[in-house]
Amino acid sequence: MPALVMEGVRKVYRSGDEEVVALDHADLVVGDDEMVTLLGPSGSGKTTLLSIAGGLLTPTEGRVVVGDQVVSDLDPRQLTAFRQRQVGFVFQSVNLVPFLTARENLTVVGELAGRPRRETGEQADRLLEELGLAHRAGNLATDLSGGERQRVAIGRALMNDPKLVLVDEPTSALDTKMGEAVMELLRNEVTGRGVAAVVVTHDTRMTHYTDRTVEIVDGRLQA
Amino acid sequence: MSLAWRELVRRPGRFAVAGGALTLLVVLLLLLGGLLDGLYLGSTGAIRAQRADVFVYSATARDSIVRSRIEPDLREQVERVDGVEATGGLGVAMLGATVEGDDDVLDVAVTGYELAPEGVPEPPAPGTGYADERLRADGVRVGDVLDVGPAGVPVEVVDFVSDTSYLQQGALWVEPGTWRTIQTESRPDAAVADGVFQVVLVVAGEGVDAGELADRIDEATAGATSSLTRDEAVLSLPGIRQQNSVFTALIGVTLFVAGLVAALFFALVTLERTSLYATLKALGAPSSRLALGVVLQSVVVALGAVVLGGTITVALAQVIPDAVPVQVEPSRVVTSSLLVLVTAAVGALVSLRRIVRIDPATAIS
Repeated sequence: MPALVMEGVRKVYRSGDEEVVALDHADLVVGDDEMVTLLGPSGSGKTTLLSIAGGLLTPTEGRVVVGDQVVSDLDPRQLTAFRQRQVGFVFQSVNLVPFLTARENLTVVGELAGRPRRETGEQADRLLEELGLAHRAGNLATDLSGGERQRVAIGRALMNDPKLVLVDEPTSALDTKMGEAVMELLRNEVTGRGVAAVVVTHDTRMTHYTDRTVEIVDGRLQA
Repeated sequence: MSLAWRELVRRPGRFAVAGGALTLLVVLLLLLGGLLDGLYLGSTGAIRAQRADVFVYSATARDSIVRSRIEPDLREQVERVDGVEATGGLGVAMLGATVEGDDDVLDVAVTGYELAPEGVPEPPAPGTGYADERLRADGVRVGDVLDVGPAGVPVEVVDFVSDTSYLQQGALWVEPGTWRTIQTESRPDAAVADGVFQVVLVVAGEGVDAGELADRIDEATAGATSSLTRDEAVLSLPGIRQQNSVFTALIGVTLFVAGLVAALFFALVTLERTSLYATLKALGAPSSRLALGVVLQSVVVALGAVVLGGTITVALAQVIPDAVPVQVEPSRVVTSSLLVLVTAAVGALVSLRRIVRIDPATAIS
């Protein structure tokens, strides 16, 4: 079963009498262990696509399915529950909770989903170990380096055992070397877990880390 | 909730401004309450202590004890009213007094009584009296003889009683004859004859409603009397009603300001946390959970302010001069503290709308 299916997805914003089409009849299928790069310039609609796939925005038209869940039919309350359990996010600016430790930034995902504290804690420890951050588990987010924060953010995205991880410009704030390290880590963490990933970027140097690349221009996916 | 708690514990300095402002408001609130209680208790003790259910004044006195006169025949009419179990006369003379051998003039409320109030023994022998603790604070001791009024009528203090002040003056409880002598010799223009009292106190029979009995008494005396329940009698004392209104309004305004401080502070904090809340919402945090966290923080900050403000107020009450009648009552502290906590919670809820409107999609855009 594909991790993500988007069929004829359209997103239109209204600005006065004017209509702005951010996403125009997008069709996309991502396999359950597939890593896809969504490549496009600023304003091309890639963030809109990512937001719709993650249940942060509802499409104006079309159908979105993540795993066996038809996301486009969900109301806001159901979308909140969907995000708790079915998708993971890695945000462009990382967005860790500054007053939480590295470990707590992971366990907070389990807390929000109402999972048992012990189970959440064990999973967080496991992920931090994999990410090479076990020794930094008790450090506040503000005390971590940029690369460490990015790794914690990846761990956080995997905490709810999602079917789909959505990654927004993971390398935009990093130099080439660090960017490559993060992409490598992302690749290692995602593959083999049965987790799919959509990585949004405009950095063509990073596309070779994913299974395939889909380009988006003016809200349209290019074949 | 645990997120909010962790922020409180790890970043206490972030809440210092709101905590400081709320602490000052709590001090103000408790001092206002303490003043209200001090003034109220110091003015009404002699009336609150009465066991009687109904206070009967002459109709022309407009519910003033010092202006009222109840003649013996009027009292007999009152006693005949159905539901009256017992009656007792009461008279008060507000005068100055000096301890023999001392020039300092003390304010006393010489109170002649027949029915023993709560905490006051049966009327003492003529020429002796029970003094309120307020007079002990003024230096009076058991065995002292007080020369009362311009005529210097001697009254020997035989014991002390507590919480029986009258209009901020310590009561001196005497038998009716001693009161009449003092009243007549000190205020010849307001002399009282034998058998005459200012007010007649009525004990209602079992199961008799005080308000209904008061109406029946006034009806039986054909309007010659004005009868009040004990609570009404307390409120009819000069200035009590106005004093209560003014202080209640001040306390209300202070509480409103406390709520405003909480509302403004947490509205600003919420504004500052827009990005954080968007991220948490994107991760699946419902708005209600985030709003509850804000309320928790507001209540905890208010709780800290209550503890600190309460401690400061108790310390201040120890050093405030006796002339300022501040009385910190535990019941007032508890009530005010609960009101501050509720106000802080309600104030913080003002942020709810803003939290609901934060779009989780902004976390990714």
